[in-house]
Amino acid sequence: MTDTSARRLPTLAVWKFTSCDGCQLTLLDCEDELLPLAGQVRIAHFLEASRESLPGPYDVSLVEGSVSTPDEIDRLKRIREVSGVLVAIGACATAGGIQALRNFADVDEFRSVVYARPEYVQTLDRSTPASAHVRVDFELRGCPIDKRQLLEVLTAYLVGRKPNIPRHSVCFECKARGTTCVMVAHGTPCLGPVTQAGCGAICPAYSRGCFGCFGPVAVDGAPAANVTGLVERLRALRMADDDIVRALRTFNSAAPEFSDAVPDGPSGRTR
Amino acid sequence: MSTPTAAGVSVMDVSALCVLVDVLRDRGYAVIGPTVRDGAIVLDELDSAERLPFGWGVTLDAGTYRLRRRDDGAAFGHAAGPQSWKSYVHPARERLWSRDGDGPVVAADETPRRPYAFLGVRPCDLRALGILDRVLGQGRHPDQGYARRRDGVFIVAVECIEPGRTCFCGSMGSGPAAEEGYDLALTELLDGSGSVSSSPGTPTYLIRSGSPAGTDVLAELPATPADAELVAHARDAVDAAAERMGRSLPADGLRELMVENRESPHWDDVAARCVTCGNCTMVCPTCFCTTTEDVTDLTGEHAERWRRWDSCFDLDFSYIHGGSVRMSGASRYRQWITHKLSTWHDQFGSTGCVGCGRCIAWCPVGIDITEEVAMLRAGSPDERTTAGDGAEGPR
Amino acid sequence: MTTALPLLYRVHGREVETYDTVTLTLEPMDGSLPASAPGQFTMLTAFGIGEVPISISGTAAPDGRLAQTLRAVGAVTRALYHATPGSVVGLRGPYGVGWDLSAARGRDVVIVAGGIGIAPVWPVLQAVLAHRRVHRRVTVLIGARTPRDIVFGAEIAELRERSDVHVDITVDQASNEWLGRTGVVTTLLADAPIDPELTDAYVCGPEVMMRFTADALLRLGVPAGRIQLTLERNMRCGGGLCGHCQLGPYLICRDGPVVTYDRTADLLTVREL
Repeated sequence: MTDTSARRLPTLAVWKFTSCDGCQLTLLDCEDELLPLAGQVRIAHFLEASRESLPGPYDVSLVEGSVSTPDEIDRLKRIREVSGVLVAIGACATAGGIQALRNFADVDEFRSVVYARPEYVQTLDRSTPASAHVRVDFELRGCPIDKRQLLEVLTAYLVGRKPNIPRHSVCFECKARGTTCVMVAHGTPCLGPVTQAGCGAICPAYSRGCFGCFGPVAVDGAPAANVTGLVERLRALRMADDDIVRALRTFNSAAPEFSDAVPDGPSGRTR
Repeated sequence: MSTPTAAGVSVMDVSALCVLVDVLRDRGYAVIGPTVRDGAIVLDELDSAERLPFGWGVTLDAGTYRLRRRDDGAAFGHAAGPQSWKSYVHPARERLWSRDGDGPVVAADETPRRPYAFLGVRPCDLRALGILDRVLGQGRHPDQGYARRRDGVFIVAVECIEPGRTCFCGSMGSGPAAEEGYDLALTELLDGSGSVSSSPGTPTYLIRSGSPAGTDVLAELPATPADAELVAHARDAVDAAAERMGRSLPADGLRELMVENRESPHWDDVAARCVTCGNCTMVCPTCFCTTTEDVTDLTGEHAERWRRWDSCFDLDFSYIHGGSVRMSGASRYRQWITHKLSTWHDQFGSTGCVGCGRCIAWCPVGIDITEEVAMLRAGSPDERTTAGDGAEGPR
Repeated sequence: MTTALPLLYRVHGREVETYDTVTLTLEPMDGSLPASAPGQFTMLTAFGIGEVPISISGTAAPDGRLAQTLRAVGAVTRALYHATPGSVVGLRGPYGVGWDLSAARGRDVVIVAGGIGIAPVWPVLQAVLAHRRVHRRVTVLIGARTPRDIVFGAEIAELRERSDVHVDITVDQASNEWLGRTGVVTTLLADAPIDPELTDAYVCGPEVMMRFTADALLRLGVPAGRIQLTLERNMRCGGGLCGHCQLGPYLICRDGPVVTYDRTADLLTVREL
């Protein structure tokens, strides 16, 4: 239809904050789709793939990682200013990541224990999602994100459609693929009923309970997912409160639906 | 023969099930039936009757399903499992069409290569298929994909003599006997009665035909006419099952109960427990809601439309410009149960519930439709004084 | 019976109504949809983007052309808003129950529209004017958020020239340049030349506006069964198969979108139904 060489390709930038880089690698992992993608967008900044960095502004910015240092706040704000669409990718950028476990502990204390010269370590006492600091146009969940979902978001922005990223529970995916419920049939604790779909329900397919790495089912303006309702059931399955708290405080610790679901959770004792 | 035979009913031993599967496969059917996988009795394509769950049973309760060993060789000694037959006639995902560039819209042909034969359809699920036929097949704009998959499905029903603790088909009038809508109907007897060679614990089957196609298949099976006494014995066993249902719903007044309770405070009570995961809708054999997704390749040149199961528990289900109509968990649960038990009558001329109990067993937090109804009845102004009289909770 | 496959239609004309609203005239490329009745809707596809229900605001038989007025509020309607003449869209339908026009023979007719609500009710006006003499007095009351939001402005101006139709317009907010009325549309009912017991009302607009209008008509003495409204719910299939558009006992795509107020008044006041 259109000659791709004649038109200006939209630019894509990928930014890293406090994270393990796993979500960025998901983009590199799109082997079969990378070439077609390169034909549709100009990758302007993506240090995992190339040292070349083109100046902004950028049509789409993917932001990986949480904000955990003072200079990250400034950097994120600058990125927002030069980005048309800003998509936060992964549990770190959408819910603080595993490093948000610090939110329940005394950072100064373990900084002094872990580092020989703690005064050199500039860190915030909380790890927060991108949305705590700038306007985020879309949040793509997961630890790591799902490759198909990432391609769907990028494709949707290129075409001008709303991304097909469902905001329902992992149970939808178990049922669609015919996985027997591990909680009902085996008594295995599972966070799937309150966790947002997107992974394809991988863990239950291997008879494991869902770890909740896509974070709580959440829609702007809607009441929060009823995680407390699930907690009651986990208790009935004889799961101890400490264990429930640990299960909820992993990859999405900064999501209040998860962190606050056990009212008297043993804050500070999470390891 | 010394005893009179019952018209149309035959008896066969367990080895005849193998012949049945083989005959159906030879006739070109993909035979779908129960089998054990992942700690549950699931539906799958069977290449032989040997994959049936012989000797397996289940123990059910709200939020609980456990596979257990039986002390007999029953193939159908289990109540409804995690899936229903709708997975085959109304699949979870289906491509509707595709279009390349400026080309024509091309219908996706998702018709199964071979027609299905469903082996082991419980009377509740038989009723559910009838309901889906009405909803998807008989409206002003019938679902053509459904019709393609449903047409020519060969149904082998199995009557229930051992209901599960979450079963309540008896009170919904949809079981435990198979009345219509089958090609063949089986009754599995395990007490040694009527058997030619077998001892107690080895199943014997009464079999009858409900259609010309059924009669045709039956003619190929090693079955002999059953005597009237055995047929009466089986009938008693099925009738007794109706009295042994683990749960029940009141026969009358459900339709009105839901309408009267639109503003009941009870919905907030359910919402405190309900995690809005949507499992009840997906395991329900009659829940039919779907949504569509338009997808493209990266260039936008290749477009497709997919249809997938949706659920009234999904927040986007009722989305219109400006926000979703049903945001609260309370309103979403109310929609589900009201539709199932009440407004289904207005829309499709029957209840939407067949009493299979799946929504009870497969709710991860164990919410029980029969208990919620009992609580609504106990709470409604008219019933408050007589609460408990008609509202039968789980026994 | 209609199919799940969209038929291809070409955008023949594109009339910009307001800053966010256009009327597209669509002509069939290879086979057309069955004839539609006023008040019915189609499912309109922007290929690769998605599908939305849009009511039919006009038909131009015999060449099968349809006019559909839409407001850009989401990804699909934005794409359709920008659809230029010559581009191709997909259409399914027509779906639903339309306006009951026979009811109004020999009676007063009042049409009340809010915002883009004028589009679905426009075919009613066309039909009424086509057989003007079988009706008594005809009133058209139009409300919009601001003067910029008035849809079908030119057509309404023409209408105002007629002596046999009472037309009144109000906006919610306006600058001093607006010489017309301000206030909600129900305020126009006071001056409407109707004999309530002999009136049929056709109401279309945002749900809250329709409720207030219907209640105001009721208070004037128009029977609830003589008040028709057209409801909006999420619609994915159009044909009563997907379950999205339920309102209590109704599937709005099948039992509506046009409904009478006597059947729906008690449903519309239940929160989150």
